[in-house]
Amino acid sequence: MSTRTNRTKKTAHIPDAERAELIELYRQMLLIRRFEEHCDKAYRQDKIGGYLHLYIGEEALAVGFISQLNPDDRVLGHYRDHGYVLALGSDPKAVMAELYGKVTGLCRGKGGSMHLYDKEKNFLGGYAIVGDVIGIATGVAFAAKYEGSDRIVLCFFGDGAMNAGLLHESLNMAGLWKLPVIYIVENNKYAMGTPVELHSAVTNLAKRASVYGFPSETIDAMDVLEVRKHARRIIDHVRTHKEPYFVEAITYRFVGHGAADITDPGSYRTREEVEEWRKRDPIPTLAKYLLENGIATQDELDAIDREVRAVVEEAARFADESPDPPLDELWEHVFVD
Amino acid sequence: MAVKTFREAIREALIEEMDRDERVFLMGEDIGRYQGTFRVTEGLFQKYGPHRVWDTPISEPGFIAIAIGAAIDGLRPVVEVMTWSFAFLAMDQIVNHAAKILYKSGGACRVPMVIRGPAGPGKQLASQHSHSIELWLAHTPGLKVVIPSTPADAKGLLKTAIRDENPVMFIEHPQLYLTKGEVPEGEYTLPFGVADVKREGRDATIITYSRGVLLAQQAAERLKEEGIEVEIIDLRTLVPCDWETVFRSIRKTHRAIAVHDDWRYAGFGAEIVAQIQEHAFDYLDAPILRVAGADVPMPYNKHLERHAVPQVEDIVAAVKQVL
Ligand SMILES: Cc1ncc(C[n+]2csc(CCOP(=O)(O)OP(=O)(O)O)c2C)c(N)n1
Ligand SMILES: [Mg+2]
Repeated sequence: MSTRTNRTKKTAHIPDAERAELIELYRQMLLIRRFEEHCDKAYRQDKIGGYLHLYIGEEALAVGFISQLNPDDRVLGHYRDHGYVLALGSDPKAVMAELYGKVTGLCRGKGGSMHLYDKEKNFLGGYAIVGDVIGIATGVAFAAKYEGSDRIVLCFFGDGAMNAGLLHESLNMAGLWKLPVIYIVENNKYAMGTPVELHSAVTNLAKRASVYGFPSETIDAMDVLEVRKHARRIIDHVRTHKEPYFVEAITYRFVGHGAADITDPGSYRTREEVEEWRKRDPIPTLAKYLLENGIATQDELDAIDREVRAVVEEAARFADESPDPPLDELWEHVFVD
Repeated sequence: MAVKTFREAIREALIEEMDRDERVFLMGEDIGRYQGTFRVTEGLFQKYGPHRVWDTPISEPGFIAIAIGAAIDGLRPVVEVMTWSFAFLAMDQIVNHAAKILYKSGGACRVPMVIRGPAGPGKQLASQHSHSIELWLAHTPGLKVVIPSTPADAKGLLKTAIRDENPVMFIEHPQLYLTKGEVPEGEYTLPFGVADVKREGRDATIITYSRGVLLAQQAAERLKEEGIEVEIIDLRTLVPCDWETVFRSIRKTHRAIAVHDDWRYAGFGAEIVAQIQEHAFDYLDAPILRVAGADVPMPYNKHLERHAVPQVEDIVAAVKQVL
């Protein structure tokens, strides 16, 4: 008996569009994972410099939310930003080339991992000063309101940013002016090596953000289907009610704060804790769902893996072969002429 | 041409640019219903309403960040800071974001915005309300810095600032708000990076801007009585800066004095000295002097305050010293 027949029987009730969307969620998470696994390697080979913060373990959050946006909605995030652009559909070649510092990169090699931009995909920046994306994303939402548009803005940042004064200022103005922005704090339990319990007087971050006159809630972000479900509802709420929303997304990074982080695991968190969370890896979790519901076969999932590995390989080759920016580029883009 | 005050000229520029471009909006503390601490925005909330004139909470980092976000997504914010001394709270926003977004995005993201407001001493406001700020801003690549001395320049340069595709820091001296001058009606813009030779002279060049121009003009009148003819250059914009006009003047007078209210130590005067030294050294007949603010936090006492900033007699003395 072929698996194909099996699947058709079991899932006759799942519409094709939904089937395609689920497969796409899987493909995107896997693309981010394989992309970043390569980044980690390239960092150790000195092909990527500076700081490199990987999103490994947190993929379900970006993918679940971003997949529910309209094309002209905006996304901004902090420096752990590869997942956002890849979920938005930025060209992996241009992203990789940026990490390699090449002129073919998203920012012509002048931003690097922590400062990606992709205006075409409406990614208006990764910001490397903890907390600052919150203020700028609030301004992008201000523009949406000012223009009377239907756009909304997603603003991703870490639990460490909860303690930046700008959060208070921005949430107050967003609440005051009813700006269409969804603040998403990625509560991955740590700001570098400092656990939430040691940096936040109140560890329920949704509660901390609940006093600005708009809704605030906590969601589980280890399961992309959960994230998608909440994202649909919350995005719809913001678009129709024209008010901000605060989401505390419970997630976990499986790797060190930065690539080649020597203090992890061991010094501030245990290997056991990481292993425990790895059991909730969003990628196998979705794979299991797809298989059990006959939405995909193992062969099909393997084929997706081969496909994204090829995309990453191609991106790496492109980045490798691309030229450095010419030295004159140093003086370009200080000002618009 | 009508005679107007400095602040009326600024208001006129705001009105004309708001009428010209729907994307231009004003944002700041008490600029609307209260009509502005220095009444620059008087009547604008009443004229344009809350959609164009935004009264903000007292959150400098917050609303300057909002302006940056609005600018990168296509609007043209004009932010008023109640005084530039309060902009220190938002230096992170200005230096880390407004100045860098274009560069770090490889040219993809522009930040067309203006931050404007008063900076400078002379109103007995003591150390936390009297800062000069131009040097902090001019030091940062990616920011344009405009610092006019006359009502006409204020209007022409502010209109240019609002149309500029870059973040423009527009600095108004509180002692200039009530000064008067002829201001061209309607469309009148001035290019950045063009200094104004306020007075021609053969004996020495005073390079200055903002309130320093008024001091230099008074000093020149006194020196003229003694047969000394000074040339006065009003830089008007520090970034970009019209160094060529400065060098041309030095090649004629062979003597230079830099004047500003800001602290002397590592102030913009030091840049003026360095530029002349690098590019016109052979033409110099005397050391370049600086007449600048005392390197102290601004005191409250009226006499001490006066003593802390350049006076006409200081400029007169400096000119005589280099002759
Ligand atoms: C204002 C500021 N202070 C310190 C840092 C250095 N820093 C970079 S990331 C980081 C931890 C942030 O943790 P969190 O916000 O939880 O995000 P995560 O790394 O967990 O995704 C710190 C302290 C910074 N970039 N900006
Ligand atoms: Mg964290």
